[in-house]
Amino acid sequence: MIAGGAFDTPAERSRMRAGRRRLLERLAIGSLRAATFAILAATILMLGSIAIGGATTVTWSFLTETPREGMTEGGIFPAIFGTLCITLLMILMALPLGVCAAIYMVEYAGGSTLARVIRASVNNLAGVPSIVFGLFGVGFFVLFIGRGIDTVRGGGLLFGQPAMLWAAATLAVLVLPVIIVSTAEALNAVPRSHREAAFALGATRWQVVRRVVLPQAKAGILTGSILSISRGAGETAPILFTGCAYFLPRLPLAHLQVPFTSLSIPLVNPLDQFMELSYHIFIMATQSTNATETRAIQYGTTLVLIGLTFCLNLGAIVLRTRARRRAVTV
Amino acid sequence: MSPATVAAPKPKSRPTGGVNGAPLTTKIRFQDLAFTYPGRPALRSVTLEIAERRVTAIIGPSGCGKSTLIKSVNRIAEIGTPVTVTGKVLLDGEDLYAPGIDLVDLRRRVGMVFQRPNPFPKSIYENVAFGPRLHGATGRAALDAVVERSLKQAALWDEVSDRLHSSALELSGGQQQRLCIARVLAVDPEVVLMDEPCSALDPISTARIEELIEQLRERYTVVIVTHNMQQAARVSDATAFLLDGNLVEVGETERIFTNPIDRRTEDYITGRFG
Repeated sequence: MIAGGAFDTPAERSRMRAGRRRLLERLAIGSLRAATFAILAATILMLGSIAIGGATTVTWSFLTETPREGMTEGGIFPAIFGTLCITLLMILMALPLGVCAAIYMVEYAGGSTLARVIRASVNNLAGVPSIVFGLFGVGFFVLFIGRGIDTVRGGGLLFGQPAMLWAAATLAVLVLPVIIVSTAEALNAVPRSHREAAFALGATRWQVVRRVVLPQAKAGILTGSILSISRGAGETAPILFTGCAYFLPRLPLAHLQVPFTSLSIPLVNPLDQFMELSYHIFIMATQSTNATETRAIQYGTTLVLIGLTFCLNLGAIVLRTRARRRAVTV
Repeated sequence: MSPATVAAPKPKSRPTGGVNGAPLTTKIRFQDLAFTYPGRPALRSVTLEIAERRVTAIIGPSGCGKSTLIKSVNRIAEIGTPVTVTGKVLLDGEDLYAPGIDLVDLRRRVGMVFQRPNPFPKSIYENVAFGPRLHGATGRAALDAVVERSLKQAALWDEVSDRLHSSALELSGGQQQRLCIARVLAVDPEVVLMDEPCSALDPISTARIEELIEQLRERYTVVIVTHNMQQAARVSDATAFLLDGNLVEVGETERIFTNPIDRRTEDYITGRFG
């Protein structure tokens, strides 16, 4: 409508403005809602197609057997086993290191130049593409440290080749920034007044951290760490060159012979290579002897990997709620 | 000297000596103390003596340096910010800013109650036992005794004795503040600093804390910062008035409130500014 004599009174003008406002409001809400539903739809579509494609493949024998017939049949147990081992090893390396670094950064270095430099490095580390970590892993862990140990040790190649240890170390470097940032956030969330109260009672800095800050930050630290694990567990690029195998007929185990008996205890051998879920998906899709024939296995493996990550995330949520409740009541 | 014709809060009449009329001894002495935060002077030059086993109130408008003054005694003011300190703060004649001073020991001797109740998210028992544990107490029986003694001193025992192991956060604001006082008393301090301890509390809780302060002065040297003139008049033996980082006037509370020497003190206590 064109403004003319009909809209000359103030009442009419204000009615027209109100109408325009309502239209704008509807448009804004509509587009926000559309964006949300688009994301939801994409997620459902993706998960749905994986679930449908993999549902019939994932059986008990699929989870417990080894691949057969040039990996066109059989299960993915070695890949599940390898993923669990490497994730555990990764967290053993990354968690203490990351939490300690975050504590130092927040509680000790404070707002100093050093702290700013560390914080900037951590943030930059988080932005490095994962393939770069993979190459760094080969260059630094396998070739520099591994070969270095071999040279010092003498007696042939043992450490200086791709292995679970180096793959886990590479993944640990990848998830470090995630752990550091989430831990730092959890530490910063502890009220300043609690720190002050502890200091005023004569606590040393470490006592403040140990008895006041950490108990309260525990829930946040745990959550961040588990989320970082689920990120690390799904990565392919960092382990590509550092230790995972296309196919291994055996599990990466070493048998420890108990002296004077016939008993032998199977232990995970971190110097062995391993199979891994995300890498298994990658090779099944790109290097398989028959990529169409193994489509079902690809779907199944993807479903297992997503299921595993989902379980970890769920664990994080449960831990967080429980720790939070405890922090409030006790 | 201007006569106090205005409606200044009426202070209680108190003997000018210490407990049982004993002569006063100086517990804390500020000597030309200047305290500067980055880009902001908080105290310019303060010389002030605080007597042992009495309640000294520090009054003054917001930003005059009251909090900094008491936080300079347990050296909490410098945590997290670089500060410049000139002059001296003496506790029993010992310079607290001398190199080699043991901050842990200092803060055990000089306890502090904060503006907002800040109990740890732990049980009532663990809150009180926190300080003794820091300083090495471990025996269950000894800790039990300290917790009971401190809670009784803080007039909280009767209300919480049957739920020592439930969360401190379930207590009311006033109870939480008394718990914080118990937490301070548990380490057996000589001085108790209070930074506007009632500003977050309702009138009834405030009255209970004031009663408590009344009892504390028998054993401890109490320094209380307050915005509330009536409170200063009610609880303190001596009052110091600070303005813009300078000490304007100090004296017996009764004298300050009935017969202030400085014009600015009179204006402040009668509510003409601040």
